[in-house]
Amino acid sequence: MPILEVNNLRLAFGGLQVLDDVSFTVNEGEIYAIIGPNGAGKTSILNCLGGFYRQQAGDIIFTGNDISSLSPDRRAALGLARTFQNIALFHGMTVLDNIKLGSHAHLKSGLLDTLLYWGRAHREEMKLREEIEREIIDFLEIEHIRKQPVSTLAYGLQKRVELARALAMRPKILLLDEPVAGMNAEETEDMVRFILDIQEERDLTIVIIEHDMRMIMDISDRIMVLNFGCKIAEGTPGEIQKHPEVLKAYLGEKRKHG
Amino acid sequence: MDFFLLLLTSGIAVGGIYALIALGFVLIYKATSIINFATGEFMMIGAYIFYTCTVLVGMPAIPAFLMVMAGAGLLGLLVEKTILRHMLGQPTISIVMVTIGLSSILMGLAEIIWSSDFKSFPPLFPRAPIVIGNLIIRSNLFWGFVVAMITVAIFALIFKYAKIGVAMRATAGDQMAAFSMGINVRSMFTLAWIFGSMAASIGGLIIGNIGGVQPNLGGVGLKIFPVVILGGLDSIGGAVIGGFIVGIIENLAGGYLDSLVGGGVKNVAPFIVLVLILMFRPYGLFGRKEIERL
Repeated sequence: MPILEVNNLRLAFGGLQVLDDVSFTVNEGEIYAIIGPNGAGKTSILNCLGGFYRQQAGDIIFTGNDISSLSPDRRAALGLARTFQNIALFHGMTVLDNIKLGSHAHLKSGLLDTLLYWGRAHREEMKLREEIEREIIDFLEIEHIRKQPVSTLAYGLQKRVELARALAMRPKILLLDEPVAGMNAEETEDMVRFILDIQEERDLTIVIIEHDMRMIMDISDRIMVLNFGCKIAEGTPGEIQKHPEVLKAYLGEKRKHG
Repeated sequence: MDFFLLLLTSGIAVGGIYALIALGFVLIYKATSIINFATGEFMMIGAYIFYTCTVLVGMPAIPAFLMVMAGAGLLGLLVEKTILRHMLGQPTISIVMVTIGLSSILMGLAEIIWSSDFKSFPPLFPRAPIVIGNLIIRSNLFWGFVVAMITVAIFALIFKYAKIGVAMRATAGDQMAAFSMGINVRSMFTLAWIFGSMAASIGGLIIGNIGGVQPNLGGVGLKIFPVVILGGLDSIGGAVIGGFIVGIIENLAGGYLDSLVGGGVKNVAPFIVLVLILMFRPYGLFGRKEIERL
């Protein structure tokens, strides 16, 4: 069953065509990868899904609703969570505060409640905290750092905290923008294990962008390949590895760099 | 020694009031990166609303205070929604010019509505000076300090613990990430203006209660620049410490040096310290290491 449908997406910045008629469907519970050379438009797709870029044409259907014209915060509230390529944590805050912000949209008590009904807000906060401790912090093995300010953490851990924050949003779909970029082999292995565990335990749908081909081929159910804003192939990892267009796009890029 | 302590206590009392007004700048700057040059006029409008409610309408102080909060909130809301929202993405200098223009407009409006005559509030606090040991503090100054500190504490608590305060801090930290958490970033901007305007107007009440109300009451706002620059434009704690430093320096310099050079040192001293600090720490004592040149 499709949870996300993207139809004929077009995005241009001035004369630069970033996405050219891209369509794809993501099914519930699958890991769907988007790959392609640098500048192919991968992150632009995530920014369109998140509502940060407004496409010139095309629509985005999420759990049966057209979300094409909703603001980013409304989309987040509907269950769309993401992590960023360049880590976007709140730097002055601790790990726990960052993660709690993920559940922001689910907290019912507002400012007045906090002032007038201290008890209710407090109970809600305690319940939330317990849930976060159990289901997210223990799960991602970050209990030892939860009181630390995020800016003091190593890169790999910051990426993990960002993932934790996205999970605290209780999303229906998780968009991961290069979750293992810049990580060493061990950190990558940990991250892959977490992604697979999350997918399995929560039956979460995951859309992932990544340059690490070994990882992508290992964990993805289906892969879409972009080149210069166009979709050039889609299929299982086995199909993609043999696809002539894909080989051309990647070999072409290799020659340029070589 | 007694003279020194006397200057120190009045410096601390004035500094606490400066801290509150500085908070008016910081609350807005933190969330929206806009320096509101009309902060002084927000103070002045708050003071005039209080004057109108108490003297002209005859309300008791507490309901009049609530009217000031409502009026200040509305002013912040209108300014953000009708003017600054449309300035999003414009160069900093244009936005600064808009807030300067706004300050002139508000001052002109105040003169039209209330005339430029000197007005004063009915007495709010017991007139007897406060005596602590052998120190004597003017009643209005003492109570102004108390009100300022309570207000600063309330805002600090909201920022630290309330859901809405945490959301505002998140917006200040990273707008894109805040959006992705489901935080309505635009309404956080509006809220920052409402809070900033409220903080400034309470500052206006205190200043008006001490020295009377007239259209250029907001001139004190100029003195607040050393405070916010000193403390860093984006730090509540910095605003408080900056407020105390400026208040104390001002009083000590006034007390010891004014008699030697024939006056005026009191007003200049904070700016001299400001220049010195900026030479060594251009981002203020507590601010982010990010410099905006105007």
